[in-house]
Amino acid sequence: MKLTITGGIGALFVLVMMAIFTSCQSDEQIEFQRYYSSGSLVYQTHCQNCHGVHGEGLLGLIPPLTDSVFLKTNRKALACMVKHGVKGKITIKNKVFEGTMPPNDLSPVEIANVLTYITNSFGNKSGAVTNEQAAIDLGKCH
Amino acid sequence: MKKIAGIIAIVLALGACKLNSNKTLPIYGNREPVTKVVNGQTVSDTIYQTIPPIKFINQYGDSISNKNLDGKIYVADFFFTTCPSICPIMQRNMLNVYNAYKNTEDVKILSYTIDPKHDSVKVLKQYADKLEVSGNMWWFLQGKKEETYQLAEKNYLVAVKSDSTAAGGFIHQGYFVLIDKKSRIRGAYDGTQANEVNKLIEDIKILKAEKDEQPAK
Repeated sequence: MKLTITGGIGALFVLVMMAIFTSCQSDEQIEFQRYYSSGSLVYQTHCQNCHGVHGEGLLGLIPPLTDSVFLKTNRKALACMVKHGVKGKITIKNKVFEGTMPPNDLSPVEIANVLTYITNSFGNKSGAVTNEQAAIDLGKCH
Repeated sequence: MKKIAGIIAIVLALGACKLNSNKTLPIYGNREPVTKVVNGQTVSDTIYQTIPPIKFINQYGDSISNKNLDGKIYVADFFFTTCPSICPIMQRNMLNVYNAYKNTEDVKILSYTIDPKHDSVKVLKQYADKLEVSGNMWWFLQGKKEETYQLAEKNYLVAVKSDSTAAGGFIHQGYFVLIDKKSRIRGAYDGTQANEVNKLIEDIKILKAEKDEQPAK
């Protein structure tokens, strides 16, 4: 009898701990998910035609979005690249691309969303780009 | 025993279905019935709309006319190299057609530029290189702007026009038009939809299997 009670308390303890643990994670996790899923929609509408469903790009014509190192080193410049487009030569995964990416008329929130999606898909994993961060980065565009 | 007979009947029926599925593709465009006298007998025939003679330059600087297309099945589309909207996805899908038939003699792809001013032979060659397209299966063609537009609208039945307000400066439809060995339109597929382009790849097989009947004249 005593054993059952101890066992019961033990189980209850585990449950409570799990609940606390998951709820702790939630806030951040839910926020990330919100950015990510909105970003996925922005991606489908504004990026996917050229960069592909899996961010694979198009051979020598359009660079892929799978270069985690590039995305990391240029993290603060990404918002401006999306907003104002890119012209000229760019080296992605040791391959030189030359062409023009047109500007995208997106709000800072949409840019934060889509950058969160891109930098956490296609084999990339670098956390959320927040609205605040995107706004700061956009303020520094050339 | 009865059961077995039943199964055999079903199998036969299914087999028959399969035999009957020798699919053909419709012939599109205007048609005109004609009657003529052959060996003293009056026969009626149909003249189908065909693609008229063309004269364009490909990415290698070679002159291309309908002589180069005699007896060939081909897929035509209209694009421009600086197109920011639907072209990349069209080319991604067209690459599937290219990869499916690049080693066959009688299938070609013709991509006409609707911006011949910018898309010179050199630009088209660079574009082909970037798409890793080589050889003579897929031609990127440059010609006079008015002729290209006429050809698109009157003959391939695809709408294109210049429009400074559209992304990239042109409006155009992303259709892939399937032309048979006799220059007749046999299908039009939305080049931005992978499933439609898969159907195109299948339909080319039907055209390849088509016997060379009497020329429709």
